[in-house]
Amino acid sequence: MPEWMLWFTKFENSKVVALLLFFILFCGILLYIYTGKKRGQRLESYKYIPLQDDDSDRHAGNGEVNKDE
Amino acid sequence: MAQAAMGSSQQYNYEICRKFAFMALVWAVLGMSAGVYIASELAWPALNLDIPAITFGRLRPVHTTLVIFGFGGSALFATSYYIVQRTCQTRLYSDWMATFTFWGWQAAVALGAVSYMMGYTQSREYAEFEWPIDLIILVTWVVYFLLYVQTLRRRSQPHIYVANWFFMAFILATAILHIFNNLAVPVSLFSMKSYSLFSGVQDAMTQWWYGHNAVGFFLTAAFLGMMYYFVPKQAGRPVYSYRLSIVHFWALSFLYMWVGAHHLHWTALPDWTSTLAATFSIMLLLPSWGGMINGIMTLSGAWDRLRTDPIMLFLITALSFYGMSTFEGPLMSLKSVNALSHYTDWTIGHVHSGALGWVAMVTFGSFYHMVPRLYDTRLYSTRLVYVHFWLATIGIVLYITSMWVAGIFQGLMLRSFDDYGNLAYTFVETVAFLHNPYMVRALGGLSFLSGVVVMSYNIFMTIRNARAEAAILEAKLAAKMARI
Repeated sequence: MPEWMLWFTKFENSKVVALLLFFILFCGILLYIYTGKKRGQRLESYKYIPLQDDDSDRHAGNGEVNKDE
Repeated sequence: MAQAAMGSSQQYNYEICRKFAFMALVWAVLGMSAGVYIASELAWPALNLDIPAITFGRLRPVHTTLVIFGFGGSALFATSYYIVQRTCQTRLYSDWMATFTFWGWQAAVALGAVSYMMGYTQSREYAEFEWPIDLIILVTWVVYFLLYVQTLRRRSQPHIYVANWFFMAFILATAILHIFNNLAVPVSLFSMKSYSLFSGVQDAMTQWWYGHNAVGFFLTAAFLGMMYYFVPKQAGRPVYSYRLSIVHFWALSFLYMWVGAHHLHWTALPDWTSTLAATFSIMLLLPSWGGMINGIMTLSGAWDRLRTDPIMLFLITALSFYGMSTFEGPLMSLKSVNALSHYTDWTIGHVHSGALGWVAMVTFGSFYHMVPRLYDTRLYSTRLVYVHFWLATIGIVLYITSMWVAGIFQGLMLRSFDDYGNLAYTFVETVAFLHNPYMVRALGGLSFLSGVVVMSYNIFMTIRNARAEAAILEAKLAAKMARI
């Protein structure tokens, strides 16, 4: 194993590296989600998926007619 | 009406959702009855009746297994199959695989309950199944995973709706947890007995890594999947923020895996592990509340629905309990608070505010929405839904407040010293103190169970009416055909 890789085998080093990797990944996810107007609109458009599935879905749970959008 | 039902039934596999929903209610009644009985045994120990099979030690895992895996598990199978089909607008990949998961899961739960009463247990909390039953669960789960993935792959909808992400996380995480927690060596091929591969503090760590992630991925992530579909459906409006649901998913998935060790504060576990778990528990508050707010704000602008729709009442109350128990959890994970709360009934109260308030209430709301649609009919009685709601809510409040009183006083009594440094109370004095809270807890449990019985009757009558309607329609069609 190369010398530089041995550095990662030490627990006190690998813990910090793992934390940094996950933290950067999470920040990347946040940036991806909340930047870009078009992307934001596209992501928000997915929230209508549950409401697009019910042509035959005419009964609300309380027995009333349920008009879904 | 029947034509629509026929169309949906052909397009989707509803039969499997009906079977799992039915068994969820059967296990709910049996499991919660076992719970009320053991709660009563703690208040009135004579109820043991000197029969080993119904003593607290054996009935307790029967209760937890039936409610978590029987009721909760079957409800998750039913709703996940319903949601994946409707949000992907495709039928389940394979009918026989779906049926296989049904019989595999029901067999595991039933065999587990019987084996515990016979005295077979590997003594791992929420994973008491001995090795042959673990293997049944493993095979069933792998088939469930394959079926779910294949169904997602054949979707008509280009995007995978976020509820399915939560279900996938639940399926994957449960597989990993189940396999590693149950690594054991059987005494022989024909013996039920086995011994864990782990020992000492590693064994404790593995058990609570499993235990808390069972809470995180089985009882939280999966039921959030349920919430992200049924709350918008019942409200008739989309979820408040889809982007927030994505952040909720990733933050929850990342943070939950680290918190198990907060169950082992002040033990032989290394101190840094304990601190790490407490830190992540506190951080977990953010995605939990983000998700709760996302769910509740779905009703923004339509709060009046709470006055007229008892199903919405169930769903929003469930989210409120989700918020409350995910606040209480991080609080209890702090070492100083845990020093008081651990080994007391406060923990039991906390678990039940999550299990009854969140898991069971969101399931009830989802079932009241889903079951009439599975049979394309109306719910038998809306009034009974209100009756159920109040029985359940009063039951939960009685349960958790009595356990707060029991736990906090128990903790204070166990930590009290007199002027000479001796313990101020004997253990039996704390037991005597617990009698009254235990009676109130049993009463609360009975109220909650009564609500479930009311719901079962309501659902049974709904299904009976649907079948009667279908039979009348078939007869009319037959008569029409005969005239032609």
